[in-house]
Amino acid sequence: MLDLKPDFGGFFKDETFVGDFTFANSPSAVRRFPFPFDRDQYMYSVNIEPHVPTRPGSVLEHAFDIDEHYVSEMRDRARVLARDPLRCQSLPHMELAGWDLVELIMESLSRDYPQWFTLERSGNDWHWVNKPLGIDQRFTFLDPSTLPYGPMEYITRQMQGDFTLQDERDGNLWVDAGMVTTQADWSLDFDIGMNFFEWHAPVPLAHEKGIFDRALKFLLKLQHGAPVRRFNWTMTVNPLLDTAPETYPEWGPSKTTLTQANLGAKQHLRVELQSLFRLPRSNAIAFSIRAYLGSFQDLVTVPKWGRRLHRVVRDLHPDLAAYKGFLRNRDAMVEWLSKYDDGAPTSPGIWPED
Amino acid sequence: MSFPPSIKSRPVYGVLSPRPGQAHLIIADGEGAGAVADLFASGPGIAERAHVLYTPGPNGTDDWAVIAGLGAAQAQRAASVPTLLFRLARVLLDAKAGTQCYLAGSEGLIGQAERDLMAQGVPHQDIQKEHRGSTVRRVQCVHCKGVTENVRTDPFQCSHCGLHLFVRDHYSRRLAAFQGVCIDAEEPGNIPPPVEKFA
Amino acid sequence: MSVAKLLVRVAEVEKINDLITRFRFVARDGGLLPAFSGGAHVVVEMEDHGTRRMNPYSLSGDPEDRTGYEITVRRDDAGRGGSIYMHRHVSPGMEMVISHPVNLFPLDGRAKKHLFLAGGIGITPFKAMIHQLSHIGAKWELHYATRNPALCAYGDQLKGPVHFYYDDLKSFIPLRDLLARQPLGTHVYCCGPKGMLSWVRATAAELGLPEHSVHFEEFTAPQPGAPFDVELTLTGKTIHVPSHQSLLEAMEANGVDAPYLCRGGACGQCECQVVKAEGQILHRDHWLTDEEKASNSKIMPCVSRFEGRSLAIER
Repeated sequence: MLDLKPDFGGFFKDETFVGDFTFANSPSAVRRFPFPFDRDQYMYSVNIEPHVPTRPGSVLEHAFDIDEHYVSEMRDRARVLARDPLRCQSLPHMELAGWDLVELIMESLSRDYPQWFTLERSGNDWHWVNKPLGIDQRFTFLDPSTLPYGPMEYITRQMQGDFTLQDERDGNLWVDAGMVTTQADWSLDFDIGMNFFEWHAPVPLAHEKGIFDRALKFLLKLQHGAPVRRFNWTMTVNPLLDTAPETYPEWGPSKTTLTQANLGAKQHLRVELQSLFRLPRSNAIAFSIRAYLGSFQDLVTVPKWGRRLHRVVRDLHPDLAAYKGFLRNRDAMVEWLSKYDDGAPTSPGIWPED
Repeated sequence: MSFPPSIKSRPVYGVLSPRPGQAHLIIADGEGAGAVADLFASGPGIAERAHVLYTPGPNGTDDWAVIAGLGAAQAQRAASVPTLLFRLARVLLDAKAGTQCYLAGSEGLIGQAERDLMAQGVPHQDIQKEHRGSTVRRVQCVHCKGVTENVRTDPFQCSHCGLHLFVRDHYSRRLAAFQGVCIDAEEPGNIPPPVEKFA
Repeated sequence: MSVAKLLVRVAEVEKINDLITRFRFVARDGGLLPAFSGGAHVVVEMEDHGTRRMNPYSLSGDPEDRTGYEITVRRDDAGRGGSIYMHRHVSPGMEMVISHPVNLFPLDGRAKKHLFLAGGIGITPFKAMIHQLSHIGAKWELHYATRNPALCAYGDQLKGPVHFYYDDLKSFIPLRDLLARQPLGTHVYCCGPKGMLSWVRATAAELGLPEHSVHFEEFTAPQPGAPFDVELTLTGKTIHVPSHQSLLEAMEANGVDAPYLCRGGACGQCECQVVKAEGQILHRDHWLTDEEKASNSKIMPCVSRFEGRSLAIER
């Protein structure tokens, strides 16, 4: 087993995403929060752009963002998996894609965060050190018997955010593997094996708009060495990363607990930084779905975000509010947010300082 | 019969039509026997290379006599779907790549046979499927993972964990089941009366 | 989306036989190249005395060998000159530019068994696939037909369940029996001349093999033809397409960028709407449907040409 011997050091926070919910963003984490709305309205679009490093200090500085919540998020993932191992599955033909993902992540992290991660390679003999999690692993690349888990599970137990691996066949993408414990209410166990359209079938409005046809066409030409990214978002009551359908009866009741007094602290905007990488050996596509939680009271400390969040939530198409699961609380959210919207114009783009 | 338009994960069915093949593997339940009879009528060469596996439908329809009268090279009647699937596993052990697969009858039988064929490497796009007869559903409870067979109402009570579930059109080929999700998760006890939707 | 490029140097040029030469590329910076998947190709850029050629070639080496890429090129004396350029002008030490590997002929990992049918130079993707399957221990079988033993490239290197056939010796792949005895779950892959592809397609269909388990490498090298002019309505240019250049290459030579992955009529990326066609579009791609071809509403500029009075396309 992967024994976590976490070293929080001076940077990583010791916090929980369940029960007493001690999760909180530091002031600098609030400033670098990936606020997803670049204008005052929201509707689906194929908002995909090249995933190139940009803005030092932001979540887009590196291929994969490691932040102050890293160690605690990995502890939360281990907790979820111990309870329900079906949250991580890989169909048998996806093992090679799992190795591709091991290579991609280990190369990226050791390049971008050498103070925390190191990778030494001699042919297929690899030596991986993950200091924050206390992991020191020697293994043989492409030999699963040398790792404590399958390759995808091994590396994604050490990565913030969910991952799915899509096999490309018959002009479609098939979600044939995944590690899914920080999801916006979808079940890997149910959806694994589906194609791109089936997997997204429950999403309202977007099929009719041709969003998925265009997105698939775009993704099929995704090339190795040229990853892309987009943002998606939803709403979550309490900083609960694991809003899974499996445990819906446990967290569903929290949606009825909001009051004007507690809403700013309890209601979180949940943003997914989604990045997609073509994998070299398997020709599969890795889909990284990195979730960030920001409480309303933290977000409105940036005046531009407070104004814009109010307008987006107020004017959102009701089908989308229902699909994202917050139709019940929308009026309360708008009431609370209205205090932070003086009607002043907002500047284009997502960054607080622009 | 045809189902109303739905989301993209909901299975759609066609009409069985004869295709060239070294062997014809035909799996049916209940009223699916009629679809098999129509297939044989439109493809005179099929019978001599056909292997039919049949079981009564979830509504009790047993048209074995129709199947038995078709003159298939091989035909067996199984007492239940699980029994049929054991017979299917044996057939697939030494089946050849040039085997045409045809499924007919209820969604539960079609889905489970498709799942087992896929597991042996038959691309699901190349399996012909025709729905006939009962529209009861096989539903997986997303919470306890238990599958309830022959669901007739929406919502219904999970036969394993007892939660009240609404029935989605979201369908998993791998599980051969529709998805059931707790209907009163946000307000426990607020359960609408069940409506008979599937017969 | 622009095509990601790799800067390479030619490390080896080896004549395999009278028609076929193997080229090995290494990274100019001395580093490792990305691993790739069996069946992938790279687009090789050639500066052929003022004409820029960009030809796709399957990678034929070991996908796990990141120290270099290998392609295997058959000289086509009747072609437009790309393969002739490779054979005559490319020598060790030369610096070249290639695309990142792209795979339009992938293995289906779910297969219980992979059956490869190669004709002539069609061996190249299978050589890489066999390497890859050997690393992961999957079941495969190769049937390889060439004109004669002298033209059987890599015949001495292919080990394992490999069967050779030679036209000149009247030995042919026993296709019907071979396909008929394959177990359920077998995936069939065919790469070779057009006639072989049609033969395999028809025989597999007749035996009832599932359509989605039979795969074809459908690249077409662009063929030369009569020169023609074309109006590009979005850019407002009218350009000339000489006989030994493709429409796509002519657009690029005139500074008009078009997306592409394969440059061989298979990937669909360069598809253009036809605004007006007074004459005959010579469709040579594997992308458009028969109806689309018949209606002359679309053209694939990487391989297709035009004969007639005037052609205008949206680009």
